[in-house]
Amino acid sequence: MTLPVFERTFGAPSPPGIDAPVAAEWLVAFLRDELIVRRGIDRAVVGLSGGVDSAVTAFLCARALGPERVYALRLPYRTSHPSSLEDAQLVVEALGIHCATIDISPAVDGYLQFEPDADARRRGNVMARTRMVVLFDQSAKRDALPVGTGNKTERLLGYFTWHADDSPPVNPIGDLFKSQVWELARYLGVPQRLIEKAPTADLQADQTDEADLGITYARADAILAQLLLGFSDNQLAQRGFDPAEVALVRRRVDSTHWKRHLPTTAMVSGTAINEFYLRPVDY
Amino acid sequence: MRVALVQTKPAKGDYARNLAATGEAFAQLAEDSPDLIVLPEAALSGYFLEGGVYDVALPASEFARDLGQAWRGAGGKRADIVAGFFENDEGTYYNSALYVEVGPEGERILHRHRKMFLATYGVFDEERFLSRGRKLGTFKTRFGTMAILICEDACHAIMPALAAIKGARVLVIPSASPGRGVDRAGEGELESIAQWRDILRLAALEHGVYVIYAGLTGFEGGKGMSGSSCIVDPAGRIVVQAPAAQSCILRADLDLREVDLARARLPLLGDLGAVLPDLLLDDELPLPRRMP
Repeated sequence: MTLPVFERTFGAPSPPGIDAPVAAEWLVAFLRDELIVRRGIDRAVVGLSGGVDSAVTAFLCARALGPERVYALRLPYRTSHPSSLEDAQLVVEALGIHCATIDISPAVDGYLQFEPDADARRRGNVMARTRMVVLFDQSAKRDALPVGTGNKTERLLGYFTWHADDSPPVNPIGDLFKSQVWELARYLGVPQRLIEKAPTADLQADQTDEADLGITYARADAILAQLLLGFSDNQLAQRGFDPAEVALVRRRVDSTHWKRHLPTTAMVSGTAINEFYLRPVDY
Repeated sequence: MRVALVQTKPAKGDYARNLAATGEAFAQLAEDSPDLIVLPEAALSGYFLEGGVYDVALPASEFARDLGQAWRGAGGKRADIVAGFFENDEGTYYNSALYVEVGPEGERILHRHRKMFLATYGVFDEERFLSRGRKLGTFKTRFGTMAILICEDACHAIMPALAAIKGARVLVIPSASPGRGVDRAGEGELESIAQWRDILRLAALEHGVYVIYAGLTGFEGGKGMSGSSCIVDPAGRIVVQAPAAQSCILRADLDLREVDLARARLPLLGDLGAVLPDLLLDDELPLPRRMP
């Protein structure tokens, strides 16, 4: 008699999933505790790019605080794609949140006119950091808190402008991979167009994240999830991952640890802040 | 035994404010007084304090006095209270929990447990700031013998086993567990909450003990304490369970004779008592046999 065999299989590499209802409830609790309970602030400002990350953030904020306490900012530069504004507007209308549109072109160009040779990377960074300035000032104007929209994938790949996209003091989605953000977006009811469009930083014409990165988010997320658990390149290859893609992802992660930290400060005392003098952020 | 758990959501490092908030919860309880009140680990300070632990740590006698005054001030009569706190013992610091008998005339510390397994990995950094306890004690209460385990103490299967072997019929577990694990669709709860429940249920079922688990709640710098306080009966069944992310009170009346019945049905603890000497005397165990 031949016995039935039950054998472990790894299956094809796939990005991490998400229990969207559980995650949504947890992140709403996070926003309420961090804004209202800890800081006594019940209003949030979210920069809406027209992409899925900021849309999900806005949806979570609306759930946590009520739509009447969420202020969306659309911050176009003159070269931004017009559809970015339209897609951001879809979120505003879906949620019934406040919205202001502030053209950052005069501020950005006011500086860049003295730097005509600035390349695309520098120009993009100036735009991102200008948006940060506006986000914080508009928050101060409304006694609100800026809420961050960076996801775990872009944080790990270093695909963001330091002290710009990462600057808001709270971020509900920073521990979610892009693939998880997409699934959460579907659950929350983010307009379909934002979920299906190609993600873009929209800092240059026809830019897409996946072209910039050289890998799709789905494949990068599948690799990142395993890489963070400590699996070696060989182990990942055995599990069916493409070695070239693994190398690409690992290189980006390893070269951007500094972007996930505060500035490096020379330590000269036994009371150096965050080295010897240790207090948590909410102390 | 009428038990009440207070799932606290403390303001970080603000002991006085948290004590006042606990007094309000006590007032709610005092209307229908329980016999035993259990609060989480670090119940009145928050858990992730880093160096701030030295600001808020206090001697056991002061913590017991504060609990007693809060209970009496809330109109409470006689009750026993278990709560976790950071202890300053003459400049040595511990993650501790007290079992305090509180009456109209004053309070008495019946037992003090100092956390033995200080979580020090990943997000946890306890042993950087705290010293570890050296003894798993059991103690007699008016309801029978109990033991206190703090958070990771209870994650090591040998701890509930030894506590039960030493006579505990009730395990009281103040805890502070940052919730995590959302990547499996359809689970309906955080993975870490499910893992905790598995651990607690197995401990109760294997040893025929009541397990009273009080979890801290509230977000601390992005890390959400996962609450989910619960009571497990000696058959390993959840009697009552709190939600993860809100402060609340849990109540249950427990019949301690169920311990006897459970152990009669499933005498695993008795079996363990018979076999444990052989296991511990095994020469191959990496145990110190004599002073080096």
